[in-house]
Amino acid sequence: MHAMTFTFSDLVPALPEIFVLVMACAILLLDVISKQRTLSYTLTLLTLVGAAALTFFSASGAPQYAFGGQFVDDMMADVLKLMTYLASFAVLVYSRVYLTERGLFKGEFFVLLLFATLGMMVMISANHFLVLYVGLELLSLSLYALVAFHRDNARATEAAMKYFVLGALASGLLLYGMSILYGLTGTLELNKMAATVYMGVGNPMLLSFGLVFLVAGLGFKLGVAPFHMWVPDVYQGAPSAVTLFIGSAPKLAAFAFTMRILVDGLQPAVAEWQGMLAVMAVLSLAIGNLAAIMQTNIKRMLAYSTISHMGFMLLGILSGTFAGYSVSMFYAIVYVLMSLGTFGLVVYLSQNGYEAESLDDFKGLNQRQPWLAALMAMLMFSMAGLPPFVGFYAKLSVLQALVGAGWLWLALVAVLFSLIGAYYYLRVVKILYFDTPHADAPILSGQADSRALLSINGLAVLLLGLAPQGLIALCVYAMQMSMQ
Amino acid sequence: MTEGLGIGVLSLAIWVPILVGVLILITGGDKNAEGQRTLALLGSLLGFAVAIPLWTDFDAGTAAMQFEELARWVPMFKINYHLGVDGISMPFILLNSFTTILVVLAGWQVIKERVGQYMAAFLIQSGLINGVFSALDGILFYVYFEAMLIPLYLIIGMWGGQNRVYAAIKFFLYTLLGSLLMLVSLLYLFFQSGGSFEILTWHRLPLAMTAQILLFVAFFFAFAVKVPMWPVHTWLPDAHVEAPTGGSVVLAAITLKVGAYGFLRFAMPIAPDASHYLAGFMVTLSLIAVVYIGLVALVQSDMKKLIAYSSIAHMGFVTLGFFIFEQMGIEGGLIQMISHGFISAAMFLCVGVMYDRVHSRQIADYGGVANKMPMFAAFFMLFAMANAGLPGTSGFVGEFMVILATVKVNFWWAFLATTTLIFGAAYTLWMYKRVVFGPVGNAHVEEMRDINGREFIVLALLAVCVLAMGLYPLPLTEVMHASVDNLLAHLSHSKLVP
Repeated sequence: MHAMTFTFSDLVPALPEIFVLVMACAILLLDVISKQRTLSYTLTLLTLVGAAALTFFSASGAPQYAFGGQFVDDMMADVLKLMTYLASFAVLVYSRVYLTERGLFKGEFFVLLLFATLGMMVMISANHFLVLYVGLELLSLSLYALVAFHRDNARATEAAMKYFVLGALASGLLLYGMSILYGLTGTLELNKMAATVYMGVGNPMLLSFGLVFLVAGLGFKLGVAPFHMWVPDVYQGAPSAVTLFIGSAPKLAAFAFTMRILVDGLQPAVAEWQGMLAVMAVLSLAIGNLAAIMQTNIKRMLAYSTISHMGFMLLGILSGTFAGYSVSMFYAIVYVLMSLGTFGLVVYLSQNGYEAESLDDFKGLNQRQPWLAALMAMLMFSMAGLPPFVGFYAKLSVLQALVGAGWLWLALVAVLFSLIGAYYYLRVVKILYFDTPHADAPILSGQADSRALLSINGLAVLLLGLAPQGLIALCVYAMQMSMQ
Repeated sequence: MTEGLGIGVLSLAIWVPILVGVLILITGGDKNAEGQRTLALLGSLLGFAVAIPLWTDFDAGTAAMQFEELARWVPMFKINYHLGVDGISMPFILLNSFTTILVVLAGWQVIKERVGQYMAAFLIQSGLINGVFSALDGILFYVYFEAMLIPLYLIIGMWGGQNRVYAAIKFFLYTLLGSLLMLVSLLYLFFQSGGSFEILTWHRLPLAMTAQILLFVAFFFAFAVKVPMWPVHTWLPDAHVEAPTGGSVVLAAITLKVGAYGFLRFAMPIAPDASHYLAGFMVTLSLIAVVYIGLVALVQSDMKKLIAYSSIAHMGFVTLGFFIFEQMGIEGGLIQMISHGFISAAMFLCVGVMYDRVHSRQIADYGGVANKMPMFAAFFMLFAMANAGLPGTSGFVGEFMVILATVKVNFWWAFLATTTLIFGAAYTLWMYKRVVFGPVGNAHVEEMRDINGREFIVLALLAVCVLAMGLYPLPLTEVMHASVDNLLAHLSHSKLVP
């Protein structure tokens, strides 16, 4: 059990992580020497591309364990990591001009972003409570720093503070839950824990107790109700470019985190955590959708929308079936795609000294920039779950898994809250198309790179909606290969 | 079952308008308005032309689905791209493609801002509605059914009247509520049928009575809102009043029919026992629509609102015809649907013609229009008479068939339904009298010019349709006969789980 001798073959599954770590350190050093920010920027982009290549070519199908079983490289991890690189890449492209205009285009941003990405990669591939925790903290600490990155901005600092305090509390809860489970099962390795729990634990009460702490900690990190309080404040307070980042890739890591703990580690206790997730999911759908209606700040509105989307994603996991896990993964990926596009547009419109913060700033965008308005409208319809956009299939597949697992009432609840949710997405479309623009709306200058990527992002939402088979099949396949 | 290589007629009918719509959007902003109009007209004509084989090559002798196309779309969820039409759905595709031409023509001069987006929205909408009528896969149907809300939402909100935002959002949310409940029932049926989204498989699926009733209720919410039946009709007057003329035409002529069609394709054949069980309820709602809404129409002072209420009353006839389970009733209902498609389109276009000149929908702002617009007054007269159900026009045929069928079932139902002939005549002709006859009401009317060539073509086309259908409806009933027979035979067998 304690055969912890490292061999070179141990390093192979972790190659992408090692590569990102080395590059992040290199960029950190280089940035001190060189005054060329563009160089750091380009290197960061290249790092992500390189990591993607490494992950892609090392994908073998069957799960590969390393470091004495603490680390796993399976298909689910590969797919999620690739999506994570993609999201981080898009964040960099979307926020280049935004950061430059505000004097934030600094090496620290790139390094922190890379470390956060590394943290997510570790979380995605962890097969051990400690590794999970290390990955999570790496991500969280980088994010705290990123939120406070605009140092002189009082609101951002406050948001970072709030994020840090609540995040630390959540980490504490997680650690507490982990230690209870360790005491109960004698292992921190997820596979072994599942086997031990399956055989039956001495004190089922203690198992539930530990689970409550774990699920509460997960709830914080996912940002689902009733542990969602930090989400709106952080989303609103952070610089838009950082909100864009927080709102995208970490959701994939949070999904993987939940899957690793609850499914890989505690699948035998599924009956215990299903109920907890059901309560969290319903509360998130209710609070997220209802509170979003009242918002006038778009970042805050999208924060509440995130809460409801994460609740919807939980519905798939709590169905407790293989199909449910696969479609949750599909949902997470689709959500990240939509979230990237939406926040990307918010960032894009915040240029020339203008902050696109309030919903009113989007008034009559169709008359100023019809193409951007069309992209935003497509993203909104997709988030609302309307066909023919991919958001519809994400919702449909989760509902299908729920009904298939016999949770008809939950499906009905989810559907009713989707209707409420549709209202505020429609309101955004109304603002884009039916209202007339402010006279002082800024002239948008061209940013060919982010405009092109935004277009691809928006069109992907439509095209994946017309042909969703590929992505769904990929998720199901990845889940199949990982859970055999 | 043809699984041919080429693109089928139905696919063309769906995708030609959509692609032309996208093309118009690509051609850019308002600089190119004239070109966009022309492109839209060509697109709508082409869309109608590709749909014509549906009529000419249709085999009226069979109730089976024709022009079928089947391809796997999302195999992971067993969703198929499955299209096909029978005698019930085929006429609506033609009606829709035809109406699109009228709508493009109607917006020709009136719409001056964002012309390309306006035209594109209508063309895309037209393709999506063709999809609704030809989908044989539950999810495919749902995709079209929902997606068609988007263009209409934008049309009402962008080119509508004063209170357009309220109307657009109300319209959207109302219809979305119903369809989301339907989505859950589609998923339920998927699992009950052992993993199939095929509508025709669902028709044969045995179901317990409780399940049937719940399904029927879910479908009822989806489709009754669209029809709209009393008491879920309140979105319609708002939407109609605020929508631009083209939007009102499409709403009245086509989207209302989607609701009624849904009853025939989903609710009744999937849950036949529940349909029989709840028939009294449905008939009651229909009669309330006919009588009560007819009276409501009488007191309207806004012409568009009046026509909107009259639409609800006429659609009450349709659902009445369906739920008496008589061949003549269902056929009458279908005829009434198509006839109402022509008449309501014509009525809204007539109001649009006047609105373009005076910019008012209030009856009180008119009077003596006949003095200034004699040609228009003649057309308007014809359509008003048709709306009142005058024999010789298409409005008479459907209503008469439904009443005849209802007498067989229950005299008092028929008695109540017949009041429509009085109320319908009352509200339509009274409005006509106040608007068209009498001395010239005010300076605005004094300045009105008679219809131009474009408006003449639009109204003349509709007049021909209304008269042709009224005088010789046989070809249409012949097309429907086999399918309606089949449906009734299907409905007469219980599907209860033994």
